Amino acid sequence: MLNVGQIYEGFVLDHIKAGKSMTIYHDLGLDKLDCTVAIIKNARSNKMGKKDILKVECDIDTLDLDILGFIDHNITVNIIKDAQIVEKKKLKLPQKIENVIHCRNPRCITSIEHGLRQIFLLTDEKNEIYRCKYCEGKYNKS
Amino acid sequence: MNHIISPLDLSVEELDKLLDLANDIERNPEKYAHACEGKRLASLFYEPSTRTRLSFEAAMMNLGGKVLGFSDGGSSSATKGESVSDTIRVVSCYADIAAIRHPKEGAALVASMASQIPVINAGDGGHQHPTQTLTDLLTIRSLKGRLDNLTIGLCGDLKFGRTVHSLIDALARYENVNFILISPEELRVPGYIRDGVLQKTNVSYREVVRLEDALAELDLLYMTRVQKERFFNEEDYIRMKDFYILDEAKMKLASPDMLVLHPLPRVNEIAVEVDKDPRAAYFKQAQYGVYVRMALILTLLEIA
Repeated sequence: MLNVGQIYEGFVLDHIKAGKSMTIYHDLGLDKLDCTVAIIKNARSNKMGKKDILKVECDIDTLDLDILGFIDHNITVNIIKDAQIVEKKKLKLPQKIENVIHCRNPRCITSIEHGLRQIFLLTDEKNEIYRCKYCEGKYNKS
Repeated sequence: MNHIISPLDLSVEELDKLLDLANDIERNPEKYAHACEGKRLASLFYEPSTRTRLSFEAAMMNLGGKVLGFSDGGSSSATKGESVSDTIRVVSCYADIAAIRHPKEGAALVASMASQIPVINAGDGGHQHPTQTLTDLLTIRSLKGRLDNLTIGLCGDLKFGRTVHSLIDALARYENVNFILISPEELRVPGYIRDGVLQKTNVSYREVVRLEDALAELDLLYMTRVQKERFFNEEDYIRMKDFYILDEAKMKLASPDMLVLHPLPRVNEIAVEVDKDPRAAYFKQAQYGVYVRMALILTLLEIA
């Protein structure tokens, strides 16, 4: 069993689908931060069989956690202060996602104007459907 | 700042007011002949469109205003790599209002976000074409006397035909409107119209392949052209282009007061012999297009 030490301030993202931690690492922009990050892959889980975990030691306001709701709202977000869990955040689908995913419609204006912000709006909460703000094209997660 | 990017940018009340103004312009054109004196319309057409562009320009001229602009992307600074946002910022210094046609979907919205003057979407790729919708609504209301309690057949390219998408968006807001969507399976309405508008608003609709199966039920038949420029593949275009042709024989299946509309230009989807049928309203529709664009320019410039 591999041991990763506890963190004092930051957050722990638990119950990440096995294999998804690197995607989340990039989507949250953790590669751009100068802080300690532990990426744990394929940890044993009673609930999921296998899971990934991310431990990030940084000021919790540094990151936009909304995007996590879009990626997978089953992820548990534990907020850590003084090495204790002080809050468990419940994730929900964000109304708007900016510059995380890209429109794949070749007819969309964003396909030729690369300086535009990539904005997606939640148009159908029940079916978790996001559409490009510009062309209204549906974003397919797969 | 008011812009018209989608037909839904106007509420039903605003739309009624706009159509009333267009009808007043139709009855009393001289009353509005100098209304836009000293005003300029920027006509920014990144792709060729004789009809829409001339209709906008005629509308501004009828109001006593002036027009400047370009009629295809090749003669604009887009060829030098200028963004739509930068172009509209510059044009805002030269004109009081802009009409923009662009081959990419969402281009007009991008322009409106950066603009200092009102922007009218004159068509953004296969996405929206609100002034065609306003034209269609004015034609229907003027000739049918109502926008509710109608059974409307939409025929042809319902996948890429933006006029159809915009018209569905706008008419779905009225009571007891039924759509019969007539198209080959490959050219059916896209998901964002089916899920986002038709199913969300609980509008009754039916998808059929044969035009003959729908004609007898219709108050209105809206024909569209299969547009070559929307296809990436020439073979697909050739296979689809002659799928529907409305001729005298088919018109016999329709009711005596069914209207035939078409955003024009037509290629061969309506036989020329249908033009003399009193139910053919597509040339009147082009005239209504000028009136409604006049009304829109006046409204956005807050002159009316």
